[in-house]
Amino acid sequence: MNKNSKAFYWMALPALCLFFIFHTIPVIQGIIYSFTNYKGYGDYQFIGLKNYINLFQDDRVFASYGFTFKFAIISTILVNIISLMIALGLNAKIKFRNTLRGIFFIPNILSILIVGYIFNYIFAFFVPQIAQKAGVTSLTENILGNPDLAWIGVVIVAVWQAVAFNTILYLAGLQTIPGDLYEAANLDGAGRWHTFRHITFPLIASFFTINMVLAMKNFLMVFDHIIALTGGGPGQATEAISLLIYRGGFQGGEFAYQAANSVVYFIIIVAISVFQIKILQKREVDM
Amino acid sequence: MSRKINWPLTILLIICSLFILFPLYLTVVTALKTPEEMGKSLLTLPNSFHWQNFVEAVRLTNFFHSFRNSAIVTVFTVVFTLLTNSMVAYAIARNMHRKFFKTLYYYFVSAMFVPFPIIMLPVVKETSFLGLNNMAGLIFLYIVYGLAFNIFIYVGYIKSIPYSLEEAAYVDGASTWKVFWKVIFPLLAPINATVGILTCLWAWNDFLLPLVILSNRDAMTLPLVQYVFQSQFTTNYNLAFASYLMALSPMIIVYLFAQKWIISGVTRGAVK
Repeated sequence: MNKNSKAFYWMALPALCLFFIFHTIPVIQGIIYSFTNYKGYGDYQFIGLKNYINLFQDDRVFASYGFTFKFAIISTILVNIISLMIALGLNAKIKFRNTLRGIFFIPNILSILIVGYIFNYIFAFFVPQIAQKAGVTSLTENILGNPDLAWIGVVIVAVWQAVAFNTILYLAGLQTIPGDLYEAANLDGAGRWHTFRHITFPLIASFFTINMVLAMKNFLMVFDHIIALTGGGPGQATEAISLLIYRGGFQGGEFAYQAANSVVYFIIIVAISVFQIKILQKREVDM
Repeated sequence: MSRKINWPLTILLIICSLFILFPLYLTVVTALKTPEEMGKSLLTLPNSFHWQNFVEAVRLTNFFHSFRNSAIVTVFTVVFTLLTNSMVAYAIARNMHRKFFKTLYYYFVSAMFVPFPIIMLPVVKETSFLGLNNMAGLIFLYIVYGLAFNIFIYVGYIKSIPYSLEEAAYVDGASTWKVFWKVIFPLLAPINATVGILTCLWAWNDFLLPLVILSNRDAMTLPLVQYVFQSQFTTNYNLAFASYLMALSPMIIVYLFAQKWIISGVTRGAVK
């Protein structure tokens, strides 16, 4: 057995070393850089907490957190409502179920960046043209060009893409519910909403938790959508946190400053995930 | 299940599915039109298919070159991810009673909470310092970063495999390596499919990692090419859409043939 366990160590150790070098060390380096004035090149000194203090006084940073949270929360809610409804539909007795399921899953296999470019064109030409013909003057302009509305365009693309994955996950959850449970509810004269509220939803509550946590985490890291749709604009109206880190860090000579931003961002993402899991799991038990 | 087919719901779902299909339809018709035709009507099919858009897009973006890059990156990433990540997971899964391996498990899995943008700046410094700012480096990073999620699902699966099979092999005098490759790895087929599909989708469609890692234009993957050529596309949308359609189509073609397999694979990964 001694020889066996040696082999086990050899199987795991190289992976441990590589992961440490390419994942853990960058995390540590990022934290160290965040206490310096490193520009991404040249010399640097340690400057203590200055980057962090500046972060809390930076309007651009606040705006990017504001946008990212608004976007992530609204998209998470919309994605979960829509995908749960589609999953319920696909789970009912319908025709063409497999074909429809196949269609609803398509966005999940497509590159978000390219989908974003396609929607960019839809918002720029197609929607205004239709609106003009229909006489809806409020939509005759490209919404991506309007600082107050551009975020809605990003939400639409994000939801269009993310519903695919969440639907499949809810569908998997719904298929774990035995059919006779519904029959029993039917016999008891329970209405549709009642059945959903008291039988279906509690039984897929764990899927609800996973979907909420995953969707939120993914949306908080939004990057590709923004690049393809708005490039962070108009102005900085849709500048997501990851885009700010990318731009400031690589192009703006703010390497250390954005490293500090990353650390804050990381703490927030972990805190939100833990908070969500705690709250939602408590609900699961209560139901 | 003797209930009747719910036709109103079926029709409602078909209408919803148009929201998915419409942008794809628009992509196809736009890619096949001339700019003049598009001026007349955006929606209708073109009178004659303008294949010239594709020819020009291939030439302009050097499509086959970046297609080859994407294919190389994806294939190597998937193959080596399956071979290495499953092995690490096996070592962990069979030694969870040991403190070292248990710690290792939580070490890998907790990294799922660290989104890439957070480590992006130092990683780019590190890879360019080590000369890994090329396709090989990209493949390497996908394999290493995949560990966090893959260990999680592999370990869950391996734990459900009864130990008696390995025991029999050990009694016959097989080494741990041999047991893994000959006994365990073949049993991992369903979960390998899941990991393979998810890794493939990730490596093929990813944009941020190639964007920051690759320094050489020669190594650009398909999504990256669309980004780089965006400024040259603005004057000709038909050309742009031909290029988008070509970049999307390999995945769509694979999906048409392996749809059931892909959906069940992704589901298995998510439910774990």
